[in-house]
Amino acid sequence: MIGVSNRTEPQSLTKGPGRQLFERAVHHGGFIAGTAIVLVVFAAAIGAGVLSPYDPYIQDLGSRLIPPVWQDGGSWKHPLGTDHLGRDYISRLLHGARISLLIGCVTVAISGTLGTILGLVAGYFGGRVDAAIMFLITVRLSMPVVLVALAIVAIFGGSLTIVMIVLGLLLWDRFAVVIRSSTQQIRDLDYITSARALGCSTPRIIASEVLPNVLNNLIVVATLEMAHAITLEAALSFLGLGVQPPLPSWGLMVAEGKDMLLFDPWLIAIPGCALFALIFAINLVGDGVRDITAPESRS
Amino acid sequence: MNSLLQVEDLRVTIPAGAARFTPVRGLSFALEKGETLCIVGESGCGKSLSSLALMGLLPKSAEHQAERLHFDGIDLSRLNERQMADLRGNRMSMIFQEPMTSLNPVYTIGDQLAEPLIRHRRAGRREARDHAVDLLEKVGITAAGRRMAQYPHQLSGGLRQRVMIAMSLMCSPELVIADEPTTALDVTIQAKILRQLKQLQSELGMAMIFITHDLGVVARIADKIAVMYAGRFVETGTARQLFSRPLHPYTKGLLSCLPVPGKTASGEPLGSIPGVVPAFIGESSSCGFSSRCPYAAPLCEREPDLTERGSSHACRCVLASAELDELRWEAA
Amino acid sequence: MFHFIVRRLCLAALVAFTVSAVAFLLLYLAGDPAIALAGEGATEADVLAVRKQYGFDRPLPVQYLGWLSNALQGDFGHSFFFKIPVVELIAEKMPITLKLGLSSIVFAIVLSIPLGVLAAIKPNSIFDRLALLIAVIGQAMPSFWFGLMLIVVFSVDLRWLPASGSSSWLNFVLPTVVLGYYATPAIMRLTRAGMLEVLQSDYIRTARAKGLLPIAILFKHALRNAVIPVVGLAAVQLGFMLGGSVVVESVFALNGAGYLAYESISRNDFPVVQALILLFSLIFVLLTLLADLLNAWLDPRMRVH
Repeated sequence: MIGVSNRTEPQSLTKGPGRQLFERAVHHGGFIAGTAIVLVVFAAAIGAGVLSPYDPYIQDLGSRLIPPVWQDGGSWKHPLGTDHLGRDYISRLLHGARISLLIGCVTVAISGTLGTILGLVAGYFGGRVDAAIMFLITVRLSMPVVLVALAIVAIFGGSLTIVMIVLGLLLWDRFAVVIRSSTQQIRDLDYITSARALGCSTPRIIASEVLPNVLNNLIVVATLEMAHAITLEAALSFLGLGVQPPLPSWGLMVAEGKDMLLFDPWLIAIPGCALFALIFAINLVGDGVRDITAPESRS
Repeated sequence: MNSLLQVEDLRVTIPAGAARFTPVRGLSFALEKGETLCIVGESGCGKSLSSLALMGLLPKSAEHQAERLHFDGIDLSRLNERQMADLRGNRMSMIFQEPMTSLNPVYTIGDQLAEPLIRHRRAGRREARDHAVDLLEKVGITAAGRRMAQYPHQLSGGLRQRVMIAMSLMCSPELVIADEPTTALDVTIQAKILRQLKQLQSELGMAMIFITHDLGVVARIADKIAVMYAGRFVETGTARQLFSRPLHPYTKGLLSCLPVPGKTASGEPLGSIPGVVPAFIGESSSCGFSSRCPYAAPLCEREPDLTERGSSHACRCVLASAELDELRWEAA
Repeated sequence: MFHFIVRRLCLAALVAFTVSAVAFLLLYLAGDPAIALAGEGATEADVLAVRKQYGFDRPLPVQYLGWLSNALQGDFGHSFFFKIPVVELIAEKMPITLKLGLSSIVFAIVLSIPLGVLAAIKPNSIFDRLALLIAVIGQAMPSFWFGLMLIVVFSVDLRWLPASGSSSWLNFVLPTVVLGYYATPAIMRLTRAGMLEVLQSDYIRTARAKGLLPIAILFKHALRNAVIPVVGLAAVQLGFMLGGSVVVESVFALNGAGYLAYESISRNDFPVVQALILLFSLIFVLLTLLADLLNAWLDPRMRVH
């Protein structure tokens, strides 16, 4: 925290802020690597229909549990092998990317909207409003997410939509906490006061003066929560109370491979690695955004 | 005779990328037992870094070299970190500028005061405690016994600085370096603390390096004065010499900033030195003060050495020869 | 201090009250409990009888108040599945989950604090890089998958540790690693950041100026300050871990409260689920209270006089 800020190179003073951000981004290895992996997964998800050699749902009981190409008995016909129902594993993996990304994006859209509104309102108005929202946050934090999500999904039935809605309604807490504290920090700054003095309406001030200034933090939290949502979906699906078969959710693929764990551990290793890589990459992007937008806060 | 502290050509450098920033560029001085040297200069002139270098407390990003760095005959530059730690807080100690943050917030005053004695003298808790209470009373803290059990946040800035002073004196050091010890405090408290510090110094017979930007403070306590500018001493001499007959334009500038009792009429503007201390990256051949000096001449392209101008009085200015001096006095 | 505790206890009660309403609503949404209670092959008359007997025909707020007043007396009703009091069921399983949670937080602390300290003492050193690596991997590893991979390596291949069950302490090793690793990144990062900041502070310079030895400076003066926020975080993480025990206990078939929760959800045994949600929330709130008290104990500035 200390000692980094005053070591800014002199020449950076002459460059525009956009250019500085770009240069910091280019020189941030983690951010570049993370972005690259996320883009690859996005490409796989969008192009899953074209890239997949087979239909991910078609079963071929004659060619069950073919190992991936690098193991004995594997062939290029099924580069990542087939599962216990003879479905081509790479096709399922590619289509699974769609589910993870969809879950991540939709969940964050819901939870981000909710949490940001709560955080802005709490931070801007303070007082009783703040106390009430803080109480809501405390209640939410105290509830065991996995347990509550499992229970709700069990009640309403597992489906992609339900999982997205449930997670969206559960994961807003970190948005609210972070946006609240950054709003508090800028609430009394001069430009907000002057906007108020100019007679701008409160929603207008929040939307056009406060929101843009908490955007960096919002992006950072959004990436981290996206990773969180993807992990949780996988866990719910793994426990059988998330996305339902035959959808190729990565968590579900791990669950289906679990019974073959003794002889075919690659069945869980492959979707697990995909999951790990995606979450890892999203976290890298999030950490990168934080470093790039606020270099002085790096420790 | 061996001086208590002998410093020759002390330099502090901070590598900054390819460049090297040299905030302290060759200090030399000697300090006798029981003597007080005041180092005076503006903020950023390198005085704090010099003192940290003497104590071996420079931050990791900075390093120091010296031709000679002897403390009571011990070559400090040859000591390892452990041996240096054996000296610190024991035979030489330091008082810092920031009383509010220099004490550890989670330990009591008593605990922190006792540490040096336990560490260096292997004193027992009782003995250390008694000594600490004793010293707290000496630095003017009332109800010292009760203060021992308090935490830093329960004490005012003035009290904390007294605690810091007491802490630095726990092992009766031969040398105390006080880095602007009263700057962060109220003026009334400043005067009191200075008096007590001075008194304790003569009682314990220790030498002191007192670092300040305030010439008014210097007048009260200094035996010798070194005026520092942009990493170098520009004038050194006894307190008498510097106050009665300053040679360097910078010293004069500093003195003109002070009100003189009986001479300065109320309402008369005090002097000021225009401009700021130049930031040095690497070495410069011209006189560092020339850009702000009212007497700057083409001659000042080359910075002169610190040259003797009478017994124990030295000055680093080409214009400071006796005749020119007379001329300048008239011109001013 | 006393007022502070009382206020926090009131808050805890209020949170628990709110959560209890949510938990109760879950049961209501879960469908007609009478059908579940009456069991398979029950006639309409049986269901009606059960409904009357348990008071499911009363209005919702009345049912809630009834449930709440029972819950306050420690009566959470009967499990639909086991037909025994929920309290007995939970009392049997909770110790296992608490054991798992405590061993996991100890594991996390033992791993992350020394590494965080080492990383902060020598930034960019091998320790720092190792700490960073452990942190980023830990953040990205889904715990159910990590658990399964550990089973593949340590139970299937090496045959060192059991893959499931809860009969001996060996059964706790892998779940502890999985759950503890989950909390490690956050604790390690906070330790490192805190140490870095503290080591730059003026009072550390003072400690050096006193001639104290590096060990004393590091452990007495620096770590004590850096660890204050870590305590609060560890308590919160322990709360999250108990909640996360659902996944880990299911992977390892560790027969604790988390596993019970999972199975009860699968069996539509909602009185048990309700009680567990409430219990986990309560533990979380009490843990945050405990964290505040520990902070006040560690940091004299927080003590209210």
